[in-house]
Amino acid sequence: MTYSFQFRDVFAAWEFLLDGLMLTLLLSAVTMVAGLGIGAAGAAAKVYGGPWVRRIVAGYVEAIRNTPLIVQLFLVFFGLPGIGIKFDAETAAMLTLSVNLGAYSTEILRAGLEAIPKSQLEAGRSLGLSGWQVFRYVVFFPALKVIYPALASQLVLLMLATSVVSQISAEDLFHAASIIQSRTFRDFEVYAVVAVAYLALALIFRALFALLHHLLFARR
Amino acid sequence: MIRDLSYIDVLYLIAAMRWTLALTVIAFLGGGIVGIVIALLRTANWPPLRWLGALYVHGVQGTPLLAWLFVFFFGLSIFGITVSPWIAAAAAYSIYAGAFLGEIWRGCLQAIAKTQWEAGASLGLSTAQQLRYVIVPQAVRIAIPPTVGFLVQLIKNTSLAAVIGFVELTREGQLTTATTFRPFTVYLIVAALYFALCFPLTRWSRRLEGRLHVAR
Repeated sequence: MTYSFQFRDVFAAWEFLLDGLMLTLLLSAVTMVAGLGIGAAGAAAKVYGGPWVRRIVAGYVEAIRNTPLIVQLFLVFFGLPGIGIKFDAETAAMLTLSVNLGAYSTEILRAGLEAIPKSQLEAGRSLGLSGWQVFRYVVFFPALKVIYPALASQLVLLMLATSVVSQISAEDLFHAASIIQSRTFRDFEVYAVVAVAYLALALIFRALFALLHHLLFARR
Repeated sequence: MIRDLSYIDVLYLIAAMRWTLALTVIAFLGGGIVGIVIALLRTANWPPLRWLGALYVHGVQGTPLLAWLFVFFFGLSIFGITVSPWIAAAAAYSIYAGAFLGEIWRGCLQAIAKTQWEAGASLGLSTAQQLRYVIVPQAVRIAIPPTVGFLVQLIKNTSLAAVIGFVELTREGQLTTATTFRPFTVYLIVAALYFALCFPLTRWSRRLEGRLHVAR
């Protein structure tokens, strides 16, 4: 093999990588908050809602979970302008990722709510707890504990999935890699560096979720 | 040249599904082989083998699939290997699917009670025989629903191969959009076709899961 690896060109463009990293983090953070919000509403609707509400939420969940993220992105970014709704790439990315995560977290959170037996709620009421107290102490924390591992790994997967938004030219970390690649032609080096960066992010996310788990559940 | 979207375009999109399915089959076979190795490594008695398996799983599950596709498609040319989209996609998807299938199957192997292994050993079976006659037949039953569930993920993720120019359903959608300039309709059809592939599998996986719970 006569090829000599040159990572210098890649690291020389660190400003691009840093900008990209910032958008990746921003996208992940915004999507987690918005997606979990949608998921909480969806799960509540699916467990406590009437039959029609349940059917609509189920339709949303199945439509999102059975189609690829990249097609959803294309539909929002390239398709919606055709019927007069236009977003810039970053907004389209945030919107699509939130709606996408919303569907997955609806299912996860619903499983958590359903894991609490009804007799537990009745026991809580019979101890004189208010509705809010029952939700907080009997439903919320035990349910969160049950689904925490599934939720945490879903959120790490989401962070990795944000790389797909580079395909609608949102300038995230992966997009930065493509730009550096087209300027330096250091294909292998640049994608290897970015892969390691994502790996580091995934490990940091997992560590943070583990810490959060400790803070939330260590004394319960 | 821009022309109108017609039935023939829809037929082309439907025809492109066969490449989505072909890629899914290749990824599942390649990933299945890698997955078996990983599941066995992760359940091995010797700790270094377990660490090796864990390193692989965490490494692959911590990096985006897109990065693997790009490394294989653009990156390998520096070694003087010309890589076709087929080879790059097959390699990237096998690595990716192997990590997830390996984890699923490891869980299934470990779900079998330890006493089953011990019962096998007390009958004089070797470790390989215990696996072959006692553990695997039971583990396969548990493994089917999550494996079918992962198949849905795999079908959806083959859409990413479009970015390295692999012409499957999503890429065909991009090409159709370029000639007809009807992105909304085209991507809606593409999404509907993916749904038609994935939804029955999702339902099937859920039904298998239900049946399994009843059997227990």
